[in-house]
This record gives sequence, structure tokens and C-alpha cells, in this order.
Amino acid sequence: MTAVEKIHWQSICTRDDLVPGSGVCAMVGQQQIALFYLPEEDQQVYALSNRDPIGGANVLSRGIVGDVGGRLVVASPLYKQHFDLASGRCLEEDNVSVEVYEVRLDGNNVLIKH
Amino acid sequence: MSRQKIVVVGNGMVGHHFVEALANSGAAVDITVIGEEPRPAYDRVHLSDVFAGRAPEALALADRDTYKSWGVEAHFGDPVVTIERNKQEVVTGLGRRFAYDKLVLATGSYPFVPPVPGHEHKRCLTYRTIDDLGEIKARAKDSNIGVVVGGGLLGLECANALQNLGLETHVVEFAPGLMGVQLDEGGSRMLRRKIEALGVTIHTSKNTKNIGKGDNCALKMEFADDSELETDMIVFSAGIRPRDNLARDFDLAVGERGGIVVDSRLLTTDQNIYCIGESALYEGRIYGLVAPGYRMAEAVASQIAGGVASFTGADMSTKLKLLGVDVGSIGDAHGRTPGSISFVFSDEREEVYKRIVTSGDGKTLLGAVLVGDCSGYDSLLQYHLNAIELPAEPQGLIAPTAGEAPTLGVAALPATATVCSCHNVTKGDIVGAIDGGGCSLEEVKSATKASTGCGGCSAMLKNLVDDELAARGVAVDKSICEHFPYTRQELYHLARVGEIKTFAAMAGAHGKGRGCDVCKPAIASIMASLWNEHILETPHVGLQDTNDTFMANMQKDGTYSIVPRVAGGEITPQKLIVLGQVAQKYDLYTKITGGQRVDLFGARLEQLPEIWRALVDAGFETGHAYGKALRTVKSCVGSTWCRYGVQDSVGMAIFIENRYKGLRAPHKIKSAVSGCTRECAEAQSKDFGVIATENGWNLYVCGNGGMKPRHADLFATDLDDQTLVQYIDRFLMFYIRTADRLQRTSTWMDNLEGGIDYLREVVIEDSLGIAAELESQMELIVGTYQCEWKTTLDDPEKLKRFRSFVNSDEADSNVVFVKEREQIRPAKPEERLRLVSAGN
Ligand code: SRM
Ligand SMILES: Cc1cc2nc3c(=O)[nH]c(=O)nc-3n(C[C@H](O)[C@H](O)[C@H](O)COP(=O)(O)OP(=O)(O)OC[C@H]3O[C@@H](n4cnc5c(N)ncnc54)[C@H](O)[C@@H]3O)c2cc1C
Ligand code: SF4
Ligand code: FES
Repeated sequence: MTAVEKIHWQSICTRDDLVPGSGVCAMVGQQQIALFYLPEEDQQVYALSNRDPIGGANVLSRGIVGDVGGRLVVASPLYKQHFDLASGRCLEEDNVSVEVYEVRLDGNNVLIKH
Repeated sequence: MSRQKIVVVGNGMVGHHFVEALANSGAAVDITVIGEEPRPAYDRVHLSDVFAGRAPEALALADRDTYKSWGVEAHFGDPVVTIERNKQEVVTGLGRRFAYDKLVLATGSYPFVPPVPGHEHKRCLTYRTIDDLGEIKARAKDSNIGVVVGGGLLGLECANALQNLGLETHVVEFAPGLMGVQLDEGGSRMLRRKIEALGVTIHTSKNTKNIGKGDNCALKMEFADDSELETDMIVFSAGIRPRDNLARDFDLAVGERGGIVVDSRLLTTDQNIYCIGESALYEGRIYGLVAPGYRMAEAVASQIAGGVASFTGADMSTKLKLLGVDVGSIGDAHGRTPGSISFVFSDEREEVYKRIVTSGDGKTLLGAVLVGDCSGYDSLLQYHLNAIELPAEPQGLIAPTAGEAPTLGVAALPATATVCSCHNVTKGDIVGAIDGGGCSLEEVKSATKASTGCGGCSAMLKNLVDDELAARGVAVDKSICEHFPYTRQELYHLARVGEIKTFAAMAGAHGKGRGCDVCKPAIASIMASLWNEHILETPHVGLQDTNDTFMANMQKDGTYSIVPRVAGGEITPQKLIVLGQVAQKYDLYTKITGGQRVDLFGARLEQLPEIWRALVDAGFETGHAYGKALRTVKSCVGSTWCRYGVQDSVGMAIFIENRYKGLRAPHKIKSAVSGCTRECAEAQSKDFGVIATENGWNLYVCGNGGMKPRHADLFATDLDDQTLVQYIDRFLMFYIRTADRLQRTSTWMDNLEGGIDYLREVVIEDSLGIAAELESQMELIVGTYQCEWKTTLDDPEKLKRFRSFVNSDEADSNVVFVKEREQIRPAKPEERLRLVSAGN
């Protein structure tokens, strides 16, 4: 392959747009991305695809975040399955997972690798 | 030896119990069961549950497949009509023949109908079988008044059924008192008082001499004292008579007043024919309860399997709830034993009557009568059955003392003590089941069958199992989740006492980790019940389930529904028009809900504030359809319009709904107010329901529709407005304090030790001394009410969350609607593919 994929950090919103201890959704290109802001953690922001693959609706940003057995998770608001914020894996269904995105805070800016 | 052929005639409760015992005994037998009723055995004892909403099928004790798997041949709907004793064969109505080595008659009994002229009228019924139930229900449909002839145990149960069916109910009894067999005169009088207070009219010392055509009703009963009673239907429940006709026809001995004579082996006068259950006459006595019948069945099964068990009589003690009134009768209730002495306690204000009968030396308990308060029944029964020596002052067992009544702890019981008399399970059996690995109530129940019959022993069984488990150091883990080693009740208490107002403070003081979708909403709900801050205040915002977060109900496609409050279901035309206009403007699917209000579906997250702005401006408030909170208080139109209404039910429903709106609880709370006993608002299926009476209001509690319907219990009668509200305040706050997470009032009640009586003590008598506190807690909630939506609309910070995307105003392209019956609905996956790929 000769084409070199161009990956860069893109600013999507500010820290004020985030809700501490909870999620919001951002549109990146045509992709809906759920952003979870956990100010107390080392990694303060996590990003997953907003689409709940089980319920089939774009709602993961509206779930409750917490931890299960030490893993940070979000519980889907539709049928309550848990998705690991770091890996995107579904805890209840082995072969289900959602896309994970790299995000970081740069001052007041939220940057995503896209 | 070849296999013995066993034929059982009758597949009632006892016949079935026999088949089960024998089939599981491993004996070399071929069993054939022949039943006259069209269906396999069912639980007759709980027949009246069907009037309270239980499906008749749920009463089944046996089914054809189970019999098949046991190798039992079963025939239903075809009675045995002939016994050819010399050939050892029976013949059925359809002419089928079955040969037997041993024949077991379990033909039960039939309701006695006094031969009064007119008793054959088609509006005269009896109450014993599932088929009877169907007829009573059908008749009740076009009846306003119903009479039960017979004031015994079954008669009163039947009266309860008629009341449940909404009839004006009368009981006509020949004797001077009710339940003469089980109760002494004092008990019987108290029972009458209580039942009359529930609106059932009792006529005693009435001898019916004719049943003719009525002037205003279908029937008129004429009594020997020349008085009359008009009614639309009559149910006879004037005692039972053993079905001994096979014995009479084929020369087996029967008693003077009926019943097939048996000896202690349960053998009739033919050595190959046994008789068990309600058709058997042992030592001049018919045992009209299931437990003795089961003992007979087990004895015969054991003999056929080669054992020697016999029957030597059985205890006839009973504990029941008749029309919501607790009644208990133990042993010699009338004090007929020579030399016995009695202690009587009677409280006419609280309507409680108790009597114990002891031996002359006061050391053994011979009998007891309890009316209005059965809390001492379990202890008394154990004293009686196990001849445990009574305390020096036996009257202490029934007198209300300043402190705790001396109850007999389960630990004090001997291993031989019978805990469950239906299934003859002793304390020893239960301890054995726990030693054998049972470590929960459910496991012990399924291992021993204890508490799976009449249910009378359930409280004692639970105590015993808890006690035994605790003694073994088994800690039952009731933690709400991995983050808090506490139950919801404990968390509530910790928060209240420690005045904890945020999840973070709670986690810091009592928890570990970051919390999860179980403990966060539970604690948010506790915070709301205690301090009533807005659920979207910063410390609470991340704790809520999505419905609470956005104050709307999420639908399958991620859109939301909107349910404004319509208190009591009353709405002005102007407000209806606004609902229509808003729905039209935003193209929302509109539906009348089951809760007497209107639901608007299909709003996207970012549309919620705009829509609510329009609704709030028109005077609407949030309906909390999304919250574990008060939902709706349904009403019927009541005395304002309805010709039957006796109070203003709409006014009361609106008052109640406005009082408790916004109250957050372990689960949702629903209510209803009906204007008369016809109960059009279905108050008896609600967490708390109110029904108007001539004198005020009857309060019902702990009803439920939904997955496992539960009929509400009558809690208090004829209350004035103020007392009604006071009791509801206390009831709700006590529920909020003590219920588990996501436990409706119905399951809370089913798990509440002491049940409705205990709840009455707490709420009405203030036995815990917390009533004032519960009321002031409610005042706080009522006083701090705010429409969550209105407050949110005024707060830009809170509104920030109502955006589908923080960085874009686009709409979620995954939300696609199609039209059906002129309104929108979410597109199905295949429709969506088509619409989206076609560029929408
Ligand atoms: C809209 C409505 C159906 C309708 O179109 O009529 C409805 C809709 C829902 N009900 Fe209901 N119930 C509705 C009346 C009822 C009733 C009837 C009543 O209240 O008189 C019952 C039975 C009565 C009862 O609760 O005792 C009822 C028993 C349930 C249950 C079972 C509760 C139970 O204890 O078994 C659930 C599930 C739960 O709560 O866990 C439930 C849950 C739900 C949920 C929340 C399911 C969900 O998670 O999405 C639905 C929300 C729909 C929405 O978005 O608004 N709904 N639901 C009714 C709204 C009434 C209102 O005005 O607020
Ligand atoms: C409404 C009600 C409430 C009750 N509540 C209680 C209670 O709370 N506690 C309690 O202990 N007891 C209670 N009882 C009594 C209890 O139901 C009986 O004691 C029990 O059912 C007796 O069982 P059985 O098998 O002897 O008779 P049944 O259950 O009557 O069964 C006899 C069966 O034999 C069939 N049969 C009769 N003749 C023939 C024939 N020739 N061929 C084939 N089949 C035949 C009948 O159709 C019937 O199905 C209650 C009874 C009723 C009706
Ligand atoms: S009955 Fe089931 S499907 Fe219907 S509204 Fe209630 S919860 Fe939804
Ligand atoms: S005593 Fe009837 S179920 Fe135990």
C-alpha cells in the first residue's frame, strides 16, 4: 500500500462542554462519538462510538458510568449491558464491542485522534 | 411378586397427594387415577384467589405430563359408578373397567344444600370446584345483591368472593353465631362486628323456609320468623357432606350421618378398599381440612409400599384471613375439656378477641381462639402441639403487655415440633435440609415442601431458616452492589442519620470504587427522598438513569416520550387543545396512556426543552413518568356526576396527586380513588388505593398490576380526609425507609415480617414511635416540591445537556420515522435501510 493514512489530533469541543462523571456526544465527520469525562481518573476523558450495538440506537453517551470489577464502564441506557471504556468490550456478551477512540485534553480543548 | 394394581377414585387434593406419595415411594405398583372433574387435581384451598385475579390454571397441583412421567395412568371427566367387589373391578360412567388389587376412595365431599323449596333455581349455586367459580362469576355479572347461606369458614370465604365481585353481600346463618365450629361465642361475636364493619350484612338464627321470586330482585328468601330478604343470587355453603354413595351402593359401612367408616389403617370394611380425605369417617369424625387428609394419604401409601404407618387423628387448628380479618382456632377452642380453665382478652375498641384454654393446673395449652390479631398463633400452636409447659402466667400470652409479648422463639422448639402441618414438616426436617446444604428459604422450601400448602406457616418457617442460618454463621450477602456492603434500607438509614447529601460523600464514608448503574441511581433516589434537591443539581446529575437525566422516557430508537401531569385524569378542553397543538407542531405520536393521561412520543433530545417550554407556558407540569416516583392517581368521576358516587373522588384524587407529586421512592408509586364500591378507578390494584364509603374513605395498600398482580389489602375503613392523608403520609414514608431497591409496595408487603398487621401497628398505632417523624419528612418533601422541568428551563447550565451533539446542531440520522394510522412510528430496520439509502 502506498497511501499513507493521515491521522491527526482534531479539536472537537471544550472541557466546558463535558459533564463531570457523565457523558455527552460529539459529531466527528459522520461519526457520533460518546465522550465521558472522569476528572478524578488519570485518563480524564474516554471516547467510544455512541452506537449501542445491542439496542441499535445512538445512546451510549446517555448511560451511567462507573466501575465493574475494577474496569471503568458505561451501562447502556437501553438494556443495561456494560461497555469497557478502555477497550470497548461488552462485559455481558463476549463477541460484542464498540469502537474506541484516542482522546486527550489540551488545556481547555478536547482533542481526538481521527 | 407381580406388580400390584392400585386404582384411585377421585383426583382431588388428597387423591393427588396419595398418588404423588406412592409414585415416589419406589413401590412395585401400577397406579390408575380416575377423576370425575374434567381436569387434574388443583388447589381447592386457594380457590378464592381466582376472584382476586389469580388464573384458575395457576391452581393446578398436577398435570397430565407429570402423571405420565410417573407412569401413572389417569382418566378425567369420567366418574366411577360401580364397584364390583367380588371381581375387584370398578366401572366408570362411560363403561370403562379397571381391575384393582387395592382400591383407594378419595371422593371428597359435596356442599350441602338444605332442601328448601326453590333451592333448584338457576340463581342458587354452590362453591367447591373451578366450574362453580365460573358460574358464580357469570351470575354475579347481572346481580347487585348476593347471599351466602352458611356462616362457617367456607361461607365467609365465599362472602369475601362475592364482595370482591362487587355485590352487596349478605350472610344468612342458621345458628346464632358465625364459625361455630372453630370459635367460641366471644370470638364469634367479635368476628361478626368486624365483618359487618366491612359492609357485609350478617343475619343469624335464620331458618330459610322458601325461596321464591323477588319483587325488586330475582329471588326472595322467606325465613321461619316471617322476615324476608331479596337477592339476585344465592350461594349455599351450609356445610359439607362426604361423597359416600359408592360405599352405600356397594355395601361398605358408612356412618349414621354419612362418611365411609375407616380404621386406623384407613381400611374400609373391605380389606382391599381404603378411603382417605374428606369422605373418610375415622372415630366418628370427618376431617374437613387438607392437612389431615394428607396424613391419611401418606399412611396408605406407606402401607402399600410395605410399611406400617397408621392414622390416629389429626390436629384441626386453623389460621385464616376471612374478608381481611385474622382468625385463628386451636384445639379445644370452646373449653369443653372437663376441668379446663380459660383466659379471655377482649378489646372492643381495637376489635381484638383472644382466648386461651389451659389444663386445670395452667401448664398445658388445650385450645385458643384469636380474632382480629393472629400474631400469637404460631407460638400458641407450638405450645399446644408439643405440650410445651406454659409460662407461670399464661394470660401473658394474650394480654397486651407494656413491652414485648412473650413469644416462643423458634430456637426453643424441639426438633419434633411440626412447623408445617400441611406437609407434616418438623423443625428437625428443616434443620436436616439446611445441614444437607440448603442455604436459603427457597432451597429449604423446595427440599421439604414446607410452606407450599396453605402458607400459614410461612412466617415461622422464615424465622426458623434465618435463625438456623445465622447460627451456622452463614452471612446472607444483601449488599446492593460491589461498591457498598449495605442494603438499600441500610444506606437510607446511613444517609439520614449522617445527613449525607451527595453520592461522593456517601462513597467516601461507606463505599469503595467509583459506583455503578446500580448504586448510583439507588443513592440518587435516597437523596431525593430525603432532601428533595433538584435531580439535575451538579452532584446528582451523573447518577441518574437516562430517563431521569433527561426527564423523559427513552424509547427503542433513542428518542423520548413526554408525559405531562394530568392530576386525577381531569383536564380542561383548553389544555387538551394545547397538547394537540404541541403534538402537531412537533409531529409527535400521541396516545392515551393506561394511567389516564396523554403520552407524546418521538421527541429528539434537543427538542425536549422547546416542547416543555410550550407545555409549561400552558400550565402543565412534569408527570414524572420517567421517575421512580409518584406516577398517576387515577380517578373515577365520583359523586359529582355519577348516580352511585358517595364522595368526590376526582377532588380527592387531584388532592392526593398534587400532594405526593415529585415524591421519589424505591420504585414507582401509583394510586387511584374510586367514588363508590363499584371501583371504576381500580384502586385495589394500586400501591395505595382509596374507595369512598358513605362515611368517608376506605384505604387499601400494596396492590399491584403489572407482571405479578396483587390485590391490595384493606388497611383502614371510613377515614375522614385528614386521617386518610395522615395514614398515607406515614405509609409512604415507611415504605420509602424500609423497602429494597426496585421493590414495589406489593413485594415489600409480601416480605414484610408481620405483614399488614405489623404495618397497621406502625402506621395507625405508632408502635415504633416514628409517626411524627414520618409525617414531618413528608411535609418537607411536599413543601419543597418544584416542577423539575420548569426549574430546568430557567437554568442555562442544566439545559446544556439537552443537545444531541455538543459540537453540532444536526439531528441524529439514525432516527427515522414512517407513518402508520396517520401518525409517526420508528422505522423498522429494513424500512430504515431503504429510506436512508434512498437519501431519506
Ligand atoms: C405509557 C404506558 C403504556 C400506555 O401506553 O398506556 C406505560 C409505558 C411504560 N411502562 Fe408501564 N405504562 C403505562 C401504564 C402502566 C400500568 C397501568 C396503570 O398505571 O394503571 C401498569 C400496571 C399497573 C402497575 O404498575 O401496578 C404498568 C406496569 C409497568 C411495569 C410493571 C410494574 C410491576 O410492578 O410489575 C413496568 C416495568 C417496571 O416498572 O419495572 C412498566 C414500564 C413501563 C415503561 C417505563 C417501559 C420502559 O422502560 O420503557 C414504559 C415507558 C413508556 C414511555 O416511554 O412513556 N410498566 N404500566 C402507561 C403510562 C401511564 C402513565 O400515564 O404514566
Ligand atoms: C373454598 C374452599 C376453601 C377451603 N379452605 C381450606 C383451608 O383454608 N384449609 C384447609 O385445610 N382446607 C380448606 N378447604 C377444604 C379442602 O379443600 C378439603 O379438605 C380437601 O380438598 C379435601 O380433599 P379430598 O381429596 O378429600 O376431596 P376433594 O378435593 O373434594 O376431591 C375429591 C375429588 O373426587 C372426585 N370424585 C368424587 N366422586 C367421584 C367418583 N365417583 N369418581 C371419580 N371421582 C370422584 C370429585 O369430583 C373431586 O374432584 C377448603 C375447601 C373449599 C371448597
Ligand atoms: S406493557 Fe410493555 S410494551 Fe406495553 S407499554 Fe408497558 S412496558 Fe411497554
Ligand atoms: S402449614 Fe400449610 S403450608 Fe405449612
